[in-house]
Amino acid sequence: MRWLRFFRRERWDAERARELASYLEIEIDENIARGMRPDAARTAAYRKLGNPTRIREEVYDMNSLGFLETTWHDVRYGARMLRRNPGFALVAILSLALGIGANTAIFQLIDALRLRSLPVESPEELVFVRIGETPNGRTGRFTGRYPMLTYGVWDRIDKGNLTSFDGLAAWGATTLELASSGESRPVQGMYVSGTFYATLGVHAAAGRLPQAADDAGCAEPGVVVSYPFWQRQYAGDASAIGRTISVDGKPFPIVAVTEEKFFGMEVGRQFDVALPLCAQPILNPESNALTSPSWWWLGAIARLRPGVTVEQATAELQGVSPGIFEATLPGNYNAKSADDYKAFRLAARPAADGTSSLRQQYGDALTMLLWIAGLVLLIACGNLANLMLARATARRREMAVRLAIGASRRRLMRQLMAESLLVAACGAVLGAWIASLLGGSLVSFIETPASPLFLDIAPGWRMAAFATGLGILTCVAFGLVPALRATRTEPGKALGSRGETDPSGRFNLRRVLVVGQLAVSLVLLVGALLFVLTFYNVATVDTGIRTEGVIVAEYDYRRAGVADDAHAPFQREFAETLRNLPGAGEVARVSIVPLSGSGWNQSLFVDGQLQTGYPLINRVDGNYFSLVGSPIVSGRTFDVRDVPGAPNAAVVTEKFVERYLAGRDPIGRTFHFDAAPGETPTIYTVVGVARNARYSDVHDDVEPMVYLAMEQETQYGPFLSILVRPDVPAEVVTPALITAARERPGMLAQVSTLSDTVKQTLVRERLMAALAGFFGALAAALAAIGLYGVMSYMVSRRRQEIGVRMALGAGRGRILGMVLREAGVMVAAGLVVGGVLAALGARYTQSMLFGLTATDARVIGGAAVLLAVIAVLASLWPAQRAARLEPTVALRDA
Amino acid sequence: MPRRGTPPIQGDMLQGTLDLLILQTLVPGPAHGHTIAHVIEHRSDDVLQVEHGSLYPALHRLESRGWIQSEWGTSDNNRRARFYRLTRTGRKQLAQATSRWDELVRAVDRVIRPAAPETVD
Repeated sequence: MRWLRFFRRERWDAERARELASYLEIEIDENIARGMRPDAARTAAYRKLGNPTRIREEVYDMNSLGFLETTWHDVRYGARMLRRNPGFALVAILSLALGIGANTAIFQLIDALRLRSLPVESPEELVFVRIGETPNGRTGRFTGRYPMLTYGVWDRIDKGNLTSFDGLAAWGATTLELASSGESRPVQGMYVSGTFYATLGVHAAAGRLPQAADDAGCAEPGVVVSYPFWQRQYAGDASAIGRTISVDGKPFPIVAVTEEKFFGMEVGRQFDVALPLCAQPILNPESNALTSPSWWWLGAIARLRPGVTVEQATAELQGVSPGIFEATLPGNYNAKSADDYKAFRLAARPAADGTSSLRQQYGDALTMLLWIAGLVLLIACGNLANLMLARATARRREMAVRLAIGASRRRLMRQLMAESLLVAACGAVLGAWIASLLGGSLVSFIETPASPLFLDIAPGWRMAAFATGLGILTCVAFGLVPALRATRTEPGKALGSRGETDPSGRFNLRRVLVVGQLAVSLVLLVGALLFVLTFYNVATVDTGIRTEGVIVAEYDYRRAGVADDAHAPFQREFAETLRNLPGAGEVARVSIVPLSGSGWNQSLFVDGQLQTGYPLINRVDGNYFSLVGSPIVSGRTFDVRDVPGAPNAAVVTEKFVERYLAGRDPIGRTFHFDAAPGETPTIYTVVGVARNARYSDVHDDVEPMVYLAMEQETQYGPFLSILVRPDVPAEVVTPALITAARERPGMLAQVSTLSDTVKQTLVRERLMAALAGFFGALAAALAAIGLYGVMSYMVSRRRQEIGVRMALGAGRGRILGMVLREAGVMVAAGLVVGGVLAALGARYTQSMLFGLTATDARVIGGAAVLLAVIAVLASLWPAQRAARLEPTVALRDA
Repeated sequence: MPRRGTPPIQGDMLQGTLDLLILQTLVPGPAHGHTIAHVIEHRSDDVLQVEHGSLYPALHRLESRGWIQSEWGTSDNNRRARFYRLTRTGRKQLAQATSRWDELVRAVDRVIRPAAPETVD
């Protein structure tokens, strides 16, 4: 009932008014009947009744909902105030929206990367089984993004009857090929053990997922596809189950589709196709990962038995480790590697949130960005607080009057806070919208065509909650203190004095706020400079390789029907074909594409002695060095003399010479690598020395490198990587490179440029430089605006004083100096505090920097100078205004 | 100056009693505000001087509780006025309130005029 009355209050009030009017009429009639005169009758009637308006008010109040209604009034009042100052409202809401939007967008990314669990049953019960602290003592071949175990080790764990676990599963991520010829169509693949789906609790959207029993024997391996893949390729057609799909050229039946929410083991990636572990040799008959004891490609995950803790599981694993590693020791390890291997200990680690190379790559960067964005928001709030304080001071009279006639302090504060709340609410809503836009662009910034990101950053309740929380926080931050101060006014003082004196002098709140803003923006500027310089360093580092203009063409000819012993002539002939393409320029074969993240290393023996460290190895054609601009500095490159049968030639880098061959002339010296026991190691003779170069990543240090002759390769695989430096623009040659593959049935080609490959490794630096730079500039701008605001306020308040001074003879210059000195004090204080904060906080950024230290004095000094210049410019305008005051005008305008 | 929305400075007891008086005056039949006010004064021999202004909030309260209902009508001297009448719930409430009042009166009476003198040891 009360609600009904609430909405019809107006009508009820009108009724009430009529009722009271009728009462009065009746009473007046009676009074007249008793003999009073009309006007006396009226007066008597009114006196009898009391004040009709008050009665109406009382009834009206009974119909209202009290607190809610007053709050609604306050909000409407606040909206009116804002409408009257559209400029302020716009600036306030916009700066808040930007701050909240940036924070929310970054939080979304962090949330999607770090805080979500795997979409499986009870992810908190899952643990990874891996070697405890990933040691450096692992050698051999590493493939995939989570290469923790070899198949041999996994098999023993699986069959080891461990009591801590209810289920064990293994998986290996890989790229699989869907195309049969022409341009390659890679998809994200997973090799999984038969227990994988059951252990994780993944359900099928269609078909029947393989169970443990099906794994044995691998008689008819079937393919499981992911839900998005099913939608993409088969439009969700149920008849896709049972159809054949060609993976790496081999046909497999599709047996099931996983449920929609399952994306695999890696946060940020989406798997397309999954095969049983035993299918690996089917796809790669020449390299069987199941029987290779030093091929690391599997990750293992297990479900803890109820009641078992992670520590208990680790203890059990550590107990069985010695037996497992003894039994699986690779035969060709030297003594030291063997000892390292036998010392491995397995452990269990919580696996609820899956693995993510992305998390490692970007986790720190995103957290730092969140801090930065948070600080920018703080500065924006500082500005708003300053503005609120100024307006509160301007409304002192109004507040005083209202306090004097009986408004409670709480009531007034609620009204002032309503205005802040309105601004914060608009800012938060706009910010959430900005965040949804920004989130998408952040993701596209990070992802690359080769590795697209699949992050669930759709706007959801978490994002809304975060934005709302920020909104409330900012509202309190910049609304509470001004509201408190505004209502603290003693009415008498405010009403009495005409001019307003600044009660607290030097250390008043607004100045402290501005000093704080300047300090924080100095910290952010320092950060921005650090990251921009880092990116510059990383992008211009001398890799020893000229990457611009180099095309990388990777060929897969597993299904081209080339016999095992025909690889060498096939590759040679194919390379010739490419060389003869018009405009091809320089063409060189390589076994490892430089700066692509791949690698190959081995133990080294010089003069029979095992050397420390593992030099990095690559096989290249003779013209490789001129192609990549890594010239030979002494000796020669590979040429027609280096053929199978001739002495095995090697070109080493300067660093290699420095570390391993110092003293004598390196040309002619010999060395060899590890060999399996019983095999004689191949002896290599140094024929030339090349300039140093970085190997797999621009961030790495320069390491010793060995180049071997492509012609003398003994272990050919059905893969070929070619570097091309064309004479004509890349777009002209690229189609020809792909067509060359199409002409050979069953051959696949993938073409990209070397600079793109390198750029992908620099994404994080680019991200930090762009965003930190943007935020640093924004922070400086906001602090400058804050300083400007305070200075112009100060000037306007001291107009009388300035007028007096000018009248007494002070020149414009002196006034200018006086104002600038005021500003200078604040700027200096801000710089000092900021400098200290920057020096203290710098160590948190060190891990993300390249080529400079976080406390580099030049960077801090440079940022300080930059901020000082901006600040001076910001205070120049009010200072000019002060100096240009006409004394008479200033004095008159009291 | 008292704050808005607070009840007039009278005891709760008095407010409840006013409700009782109003309900009672409506027993014979519907009446409008003016009549109710005069009936209360008249019946109590002018001892109970109800501020007529506080009548209307009380009427409003009773109506919102559903104990009385109102409609527009014409008064004796052909004036438009709002007439109130008891509802069935109102009659029940009246009976309850009357018996509570009786209890209260008896209780106060017992305290003021004890039947036998009590000795204090």
